[in-house]
Amino acid sequence: MLGILGKSLSTGIVTTRYPATPPEVSPHARGRPEIDWANWKDARPSAAVCPTGAISFQDHASQRQAQLDLGKCTFCGLCAEVDPCIRMTSVCECSTRRRADLVTSATYLLKADGTHDHPPCSVTRPKPGKAATVPPSNPSFEALGHSVQERARRLFGRSLHIREVDAGSCNGCEVEIVALTSPVYDVERFGIHFVASPRHADMLLVTGPVTRNMELALRKTYQATPDPRLVVAVGACGCSGGIFGVNYATRGAVDAVIPVDVYVPGCPPNPFALLHGILLAMGRLESQAG
Amino acid sequence: MSFTHVSPELQPIVEEMARRFSAGIHSVYTPHLNEVYVHARLEVIPGLCAHLYRAANARLVSLFADDARQTDGAFHLYYVLAVDAAHGFVILRAPIAPATPQFTSLVNAIPAANWQEREVQDWFGLKLVGHPNPRRCALHDDWPEVYPLRKDFNLTTELPPFQGERHKFRAVEGEGVFQVPVGPVHAGIIEPGHFLFSVAGEPVLYLQLRMFYVHKGTEKLFESLPLPHGVRLAESISGDSSFAHATAFCHAVERAVCVQAPVRARVLRSVCLELERLYNHIADIGAICTDVAFVTANMHAMRLKERILRANEHLTGNRLLRGMACLGGVRFDWDAGQQQALANLVADLKPEFASLVQLIENSSSTLDRLETTGILRPEVARDLGVVGIAGRASGFDHDLRRDFPHAAYDRVKVNVPVYHLGDVKHRLQVRVDEVRESLSLIEQFLARLPDGPIRVDIGEVPPDRVALGYVEGWRGEIFHWVRTAPGNRLARCKVKDPSLQNWPALSEAILGNIVPDFPVINKSFNLSYSGTDR
Repeated sequence: MLGILGKSLSTGIVTTRYPATPPEVSPHARGRPEIDWANWKDARPSAAVCPTGAISFQDHASQRQAQLDLGKCTFCGLCAEVDPCIRMTSVCECSTRRRADLVTSATYLLKADGTHDHPPCSVTRPKPGKAATVPPSNPSFEALGHSVQERARRLFGRSLHIREVDAGSCNGCEVEIVALTSPVYDVERFGIHFVASPRHADMLLVTGPVTRNMELALRKTYQATPDPRLVVAVGACGCSGGIFGVNYATRGAVDAVIPVDVYVPGCPPNPFALLHGILLAMGRLESQAG
Repeated sequence: MSFTHVSPELQPIVEEMARRFSAGIHSVYTPHLNEVYVHARLEVIPGLCAHLYRAANARLVSLFADDARQTDGAFHLYYVLAVDAAHGFVILRAPIAPATPQFTSLVNAIPAANWQEREVQDWFGLKLVGHPNPRRCALHDDWPEVYPLRKDFNLTTELPPFQGERHKFRAVEGEGVFQVPVGPVHAGIIEPGHFLFSVAGEPVLYLQLRMFYVHKGTEKLFESLPLPHGVRLAESISGDSSFAHATAFCHAVERAVCVQAPVRARVLRSVCLELERLYNHIADIGAICTDVAFVTANMHAMRLKERILRANEHLTGNRLLRGMACLGGVRFDWDAGQQQALANLVADLKPEFASLVQLIENSSSTLDRLETTGILRPEVARDLGVVGIAGRASGFDHDLRRDFPHAAYDRVKVNVPVYHLGDVKHRLQVRVDEVRESLSLIEQFLARLPDGPIRVDIGEVPPDRVALGYVEGWRGEIFHWVRTAPGNRLARCKVKDPSLQNWPALSEAILGNIVPDFPVINKSFNLSYSGTDR
């Protein structure tokens, strides 16, 4: 007993002060990629090496629309190896409330040799906190949904119980979610607890891609979670299906199966990114997209 | 018959096999010194396996099928046998005519074949004859009649919604017997799977496992991806073994084109494999303590694990070592500062880990819960072909790092801890010993880090090459088998995670134990669901 106490005392406090201080990541860490949209000459090489289609383009007549989708990005950095207009940052806090806010796109004039003219005709960057560009299909239902979510944020702002649901992940996201419970990140200091049952939960932290064999279990877990409830989709696979996409065995993104409140990109998102996403869903932080 | 391209150690084994089964063997193909393909008739496979088990002390490490109807007019069934003493693999290949799509089960002689045979049945529609429990395994009961790994099945086929029967578990009956269903969504932060306990009072009479909840079509997906993307997919087979799986994949493709990664790259690969072993072993040691209510030890373990994950990020840009592996070597070299950071980490971890182990060893209530709990007897482990940590705690004296040196393990001597009681305590002890060994190995690798390039171009991959890649991951041996296709792609990639073979052992280890001890027994195996389900 004395040995245990002695070891704890000699270890001291190891908990990060995040979010009061910036995330403690290595300068070598790969976070969100950044494209120099104004000087980008050719989307083809980076799109070819991108394993998940996070960088993609479509040509229509004389125009090329190119886009970067952080919801698909695994931060592997292969694009930056082949394209000097792309660089990897160590920024890990990329969570957003809307899926569309993870996408940046630009329209260029296409040249005869297949490259595109720069600067672009237009760049569409998501603005933090602004409404989605796509109008809701059913405005009154959407409005009701938003007011419920607002209430949830007010309710859960002080304390939150989370049920983690692995709906098909490779277990990479789980490694990092478990790290949240370590003394280094210590989510309990925010009043956040991981609970054993969806019936005790305010939030589902869902990793994906949602497999065919887990779809029903995920729906049932969602239904078992009392209203109001929050859903956070974790990782490239949770946000978009990731490298697995949609195939005979997977449904892809979490929001293909249940409604999602916050998207946390990364492969896997590190614990700072996860905390950022969870706190964003609780209404304690603002989105830093764009 | 003489086989000139076979390693001298495998030669007598192959010669004797060819002599005894001359009528059943079509040809022998040796693309690599330690990898012999024996093309045989389907009827002689049971005899060949029995002979290799008896005469060469071989063991079945992988069993899979390949749809070669387009090129050879038949399905091919492969049995990969490791001959540890001869440091080589004998791979039996038998054709199955599409007109008679069936094969005979080996499970009565080789229990390790159980799930793997049923997988072949589910994914290829090859009927299993003589299996005592031929029910679906990889595809759940409510799936329509589809065979996803046949070439005429499209990866993105949209299957109709769930219908049909739910899984019927085997009934366990008797006075006072009741069932405890658990999962697929578990209470902890872990992967999904279903466990059905049949208990009478506290002790468990029978445990039925139902896996493949996270089946993601991975092996099929490999066939549609360009080769470099395959490395990234391999990283997502089992998240905590990202680097081991990616390296096994690279190893297979590199062997298929007969290119070896440069020596510096191989050393960096070995160091990363040891880092992966370190963070997982330390996490497991802590988690085992948590499951017997010694949370303080886990807090220290998680603190150490976090230090390793941050070192991983500093060395490779990703905490789980993702993005580091690539075909022909590794992507990132380490400058003097990074090497120093790694050396400092190892120097710090040594006393920290010793102190953690002391904390656990001084806790008699913890040891009391671990000793004689969840015993996997050595003879059961041998029959089931249990590998890795669980195997070595039950007398299995094998480690690919020592017996089949890959990456840069030929440059060091790897000490393999082996215990014989097979309880949770010994599975913990194997991890403790392996952590110490890993720290020592990293030091040895860093002390003699060779100069030179970290990557070679493997060029365009020619079609119809076959190769087996292998890596001793932290959990056990990982195999990736590839057959190449035109256009720098793969016609087949078979992924074998050690978990697939070890899961049935959990059902044996739990027998007679009480349900509240299941979490700690399960954690002492810590098998990968995603690696199993793919």
